[in-house]
Amino acid sequence: MPSITEAVPLPWVLTLAGALFCVGLFGALSRRNTVGILLGIELMLNAVNINLVAFWRYLEPNVVAGQTFALFVITVAAAEAAVGLAMIIAIYRARQTVNADEVDSLRG
Amino acid sequence: MNTLITVLFLIFAAIILASAIMTVTVKNIVHAALWLISSFFGVGALYLLMEAEFLGVAQVLIYVGAVSILILFAIMLTRDLEGSQNRQLTPRWWIALIVPAALFSLLIVPTVMTHAWQLPPPPPAGQPPAISGAQQIGAAFMREYLLPFEVAAILLTVAMIGAIVVAFEERERRRRVLTLAEQVRLRQRQQQRQQPAPRPEPAATAVQPSEATGSET
Amino acid sequence: MTWIDLVILVVKCIVLSLAATAVFAYFTLFERRTLARLQNRMGPNRAGPGGLLQPLADAVKLFFKEDVTPLMADRWVYLVSPTFALIPAIIIWATIPVGMWPDGQGGNWLQLAEINVGVLYLLAVMSVGVYGITVAGWASNNKYSMLGGIRASAQVISYELALGLTVLGAVMQAQSFSTAVIVERQAQMWNIVPQFLGFVVFIIAATAEVVRAPFDLVEAEQELVGGYNTEYSSMKFALFFMSEYVKLVAMNAIAVTLFLGGWQFPGLQTLTLFVTQQYGAAVGNAVLGLTSLGAFLLKVLALSFVSVWIRATLPRVRYDQLMNLGWKVLLPLSLINVAITAVLNVLLPDAPTLTAIISLVVGVIILAVTANVGRPGKEKRTVKLVEIGL
Repeated sequence: MPSITEAVPLPWVLTLAGALFCVGLFGALSRRNTVGILLGIELMLNAVNINLVAFWRYLEPNVVAGQTFALFVITVAAAEAAVGLAMIIAIYRARQTVNADEVDSLRG
Repeated sequence: MNTLITVLFLIFAAIILASAIMTVTVKNIVHAALWLISSFFGVGALYLLMEAEFLGVAQVLIYVGAVSILILFAIMLTRDLEGSQNRQLTPRWWIALIVPAALFSLLIVPTVMTHAWQLPPPPPAGQPPAISGAQQIGAAFMREYLLPFEVAAILLTVAMIGAIVVAFEERERRRRVLTLAEQVRLRQRQQQRQQPAPRPEPAATAVQPSEATGSET
Repeated sequence: MTWIDLVILVVKCIVLSLAATAVFAYFTLFERRTLARLQNRMGPNRAGPGGLLQPLADAVKLFFKEDVTPLMADRWVYLVSPTFALIPAIIIWATIPVGMWPDGQGGNWLQLAEINVGVLYLLAVMSVGVYGITVAGWASNNKYSMLGGIRASAQVISYELALGLTVLGAVMQAQSFSTAVIVERQAQMWNIVPQFLGFVVFIIAATAEVVRAPFDLVEAEQELVGGYNTEYSSMKFALFFMSEYVKLVAMNAIAVTLFLGGWQFPGLQTLTLFVTQQYGAAVGNAVLGLTSLGAFLLKVLALSFVSVWIRATLPRVRYDQLMNLGWKVLLPLSLINVAITAVLNVLLPDAPTLTAIISLVVGVIILAVTANVGRPGKEKRTVKLVEIGL
């Protein structure tokens, strides 16, 4: 029975997750559009999930903790997306823009 | 067989990373969302490769089926900001490039590559390794992780109510799209206000477009 | 897995895709003829005997139409989105067991893939199907298409919840996510009896999920010209058309699998046993395969007739009615269904008949009450003129 644990070393998977996290971080930091920032955050959450699943598969395949945590992360991501997008729509209605650097009325 | 899995892993990794890079760099925000979906699919395929069937399908169901469609929906509701003349990146985006690049090359890669992972011994040949599947996850949610499960349920309810409250708009304050007759009346009223002595104006007649006739089947 | 298995798998995939396409072609003919009879006219009957060649003629006509791409369309997305729409509609068939033809190794020739999260796979693919519509609406760069796309995404998100929860009822009944197991558990009693409430909600939600009449606001021609596919012509339009119908038939097939016993019918086991004893295992398997496939297709045909009937009968709902129905009626009903199923299965785990009768009665009562209470009242709508700068 071939399995990924023999075919791919764990550090490769972790590096992939790290790279994905960094790409997402770049997106979250550099985008002006708030929806773009949200996209970056989703990428980061996915990277975290890859890590959780990889640790589950390689280190403790008969303990469910890794998969369960990943499911919780997905739940939180869904909630975050719903609230975040609602806020973006509210901001758009009030200010006719979704760019993060133009919503600055609290700036000193 | 192992080479096949290695090749598949590399293909999925390439899809994930390439789509992610397109997501954060592409100008048009709808294209960014579509690339994000492609990246989600790649991650789902990676889960399947790691034999996390339930999670792989849940990834497609929740991320691709719900979260991304919500994002597209929000983008479409906040339209006319995706113009190409609009700057998409912040002015000092190169600082934002340095931070993740440094994080990746100085922290993540050295740590991951040099750490000695205590991998469990491979299972004896001919015997499939014990892998927890959907049933074990379900049982865990009802036993060990009951409290987090309930908290997640409350979180989702609160998030749903919160999203409705935040995005809700009073019907009174909504800008209605006027019908043609209402526009004509409104214009007449405004003209009356401008000219105190109103002259009888020719009634504006709305030209009805010829009704499109034709049945589908 | 040897290479011969791989070849068999590829052949099965191709056969299934072609079968789905053929089913689409003849479903359109079936719908047009049935619709015509319901409206007291003849329907297409000129091409071939009884109009049997009409789908072919339609295909040829669509092929030779001019293929127009709008100048301001987002070119790549515009070209890709018909494929986005069609692929989920076809791959959804992968886990549906369309019959039972044992291959001698515990497998089934008439089911492409048996995975133990089969039902979740169905839901996931179903939810991906809306992208074609939404993205096509955006990429056409036309406000009517755009409105169609937005409506599609809102509608599908809203009805997915009810759909998923009713499917959960069937899953709880069989205590498995596998479609094959769900069908096998219905040997004694079809799920429609203990899951009557779930079945009714599923049919309504599925009709909305495939954006079909009376929930076809996505392409409401009186409001939106042609909806999301206004700007599409020729084969690209044909792909959308095809995906719509393949999805509809797939949805009926899922309803049959989850609630109407799949390929099972009363007396099937006796028949198979008799033939096996008389003529040997190979013939027995073949007879089992063909009769079960026939039973499955017959059930799908019956449900397809129901969907044509619904289309011929009901007028299109208004947008607020659509949202009210989805969130305030179907979602609570499906939650109630899950609760009833869970409570009954825990309280009376050993009495399936009693459980089924109780939940059937409760389901009918709840549906009757909902139909009476949920009837829309005559609310007064006042229109206020708002000053805007003109």
